[in-house]
Amino acid sequence: MTARVDTVTAKTARVGIFMGMVRRDMTAAFRHPSDLVNPLIFFVVVVSLFPLAVSPESDFLREIAPGVLWVSALLATLLSLDMLFQSDFQDGTLEQMVLSPQPLYSSILAKVMTHWLLSGLPLTLLSPLLALMLFLPANGTQALMLTLLLGTPVLSFIGAIGSALTVGLRKTGLLLSLLVLPLYIPVLIFASGAVQAAAAGLPIAGHLALLGAMLALAVVLAPLAIASALRISLSG
Amino acid sequence: MWRWFHKLGSPKWFYAISGRWIPWFAVTALVLLVLGTVWALMFAPPDYQQGNSYRIIYIHVPAAFLAQSGYVLMAVAGAIGLIWKMKLADVVAKCCAPIGASFTFLALVTGAVWGKPTWGAWWVWDARLTSMLVLLFLYLGVVALQSAFTDRNQAARASALLSLVGLVNIPIIKYSVEWWNTLHQPASLTLTEKPTMPAEMWVPLLIMVAGFYCFFAVVLMMRTRVELLDRERRTGWVKEIINDKRTGKA
Repeated sequence: MTARVDTVTAKTARVGIFMGMVRRDMTAAFRHPSDLVNPLIFFVVVVSLFPLAVSPESDFLREIAPGVLWVSALLATLLSLDMLFQSDFQDGTLEQMVLSPQPLYSSILAKVMTHWLLSGLPLTLLSPLLALMLFLPANGTQALMLTLLLGTPVLSFIGAIGSALTVGLRKTGLLLSLLVLPLYIPVLIFASGAVQAAAAGLPIAGHLALLGAMLALAVVLAPLAIASALRISLSG
Repeated sequence: MWRWFHKLGSPKWFYAISGRWIPWFAVTALVLLVLGTVWALMFAPPDYQQGNSYRIIYIHVPAAFLAQSGYVLMAVAGAIGLIWKMKLADVVAKCCAPIGASFTFLALVTGAVWGKPTWGAWWVWDARLTSMLVLLFLYLGVVALQSAFTDRNQAARASALLSLVGLVNIPIIKYSVEWWNTLHQPASLTLTEKPTMPAEMWVPLLIMVAGFYCFFAVVLMMRTRVELLDRERRTGWVKEIINDKRTGKA
């Protein structure tokens, strides 16, 4: 009986620590609002470069909108990866996280979830505005938000692997994009494909199912890779 | 079996045995490559659709084979290094990356050369070409990560992990690229591959593939030996080799 009570308290404690980590990361992030806002501004700026560089014709923009919006969202996520582990590595929090009896899997889940709440979710909420500027039809906008909702967490998970591998290195920005961008390709293909299909009035359930499958795979497998990557980075 | 496995982990043993193996592999590679090239270029019949331009498959296909098996070998060696902390596996994984990247590049270049007369364009966003290009990116990522660390052990473990992550992703990338392509354009440009290639065509191809594998083995062993000497330069057996060379020459 006591053993059972112990596991129950351990479970609630674990959930408490998980929520505590999310809250701590949120608080820390909101102390530096510019770090949160800059990727969003980047997203808007990059998207608005395309009409200037290519053509402001509404027919043309409607056609390239899915690709442009998704590539820009992907790059904005890439730029936001710095805030995942960097400061925690510098002040030693990361080491404590790895050493603590709390399973690293759930700590990592908490960190990546927070990263998504602060980067992927705002991007998703901002996207209809940009879709409007690129003349994407309403059903396309809906698909864009759905794919961003499913796809950006996958980007956060994959990006966290690269971020964990390079956290101890100097000048990580370019290296990180070299490592992570090829791995982002499947998400990009299905997400922008879904938006294109929706804009053309085709069903997108298949695309969304595949994105969901990738998300499920990422939730299960990516934290393991992130955990061993963090151990490698901290061993140096 | 296990004894052999443990022996293989010893750099000294590998150095000795690979020194004996390299000549054999090199001669086999040379014989196979010369035989395959002569047969392929002079005696194999021309294709009824593509004429003689198809003959580049005798370089293109083996290079593409090695590009893929090189990645698998790198990831497996990396995994062995991660799990059993075997020094030799780390070195092999490190030496695989540039060789595999070169073969991927070769496959892409020969593909482009072949594409010009067949499709009328140097580059087509075909599923296979695109997944090869992504494979090249993955290789370059591993090479870049490998050189970013100053600590060798850390570099080996980090790039091993990255190549394993890449290995999990390769099938996903491959299928997503294939579906993406079929979603957009129906197979208008894919090469009409005849499953019934006559034997006069595929036998030299098989010889070339075998020759390329032997060549890969030779290059990999040579690179591994050099890297081993560099890493183990403070150990007794390397100093012994150096002394032997010196006294032998003097």
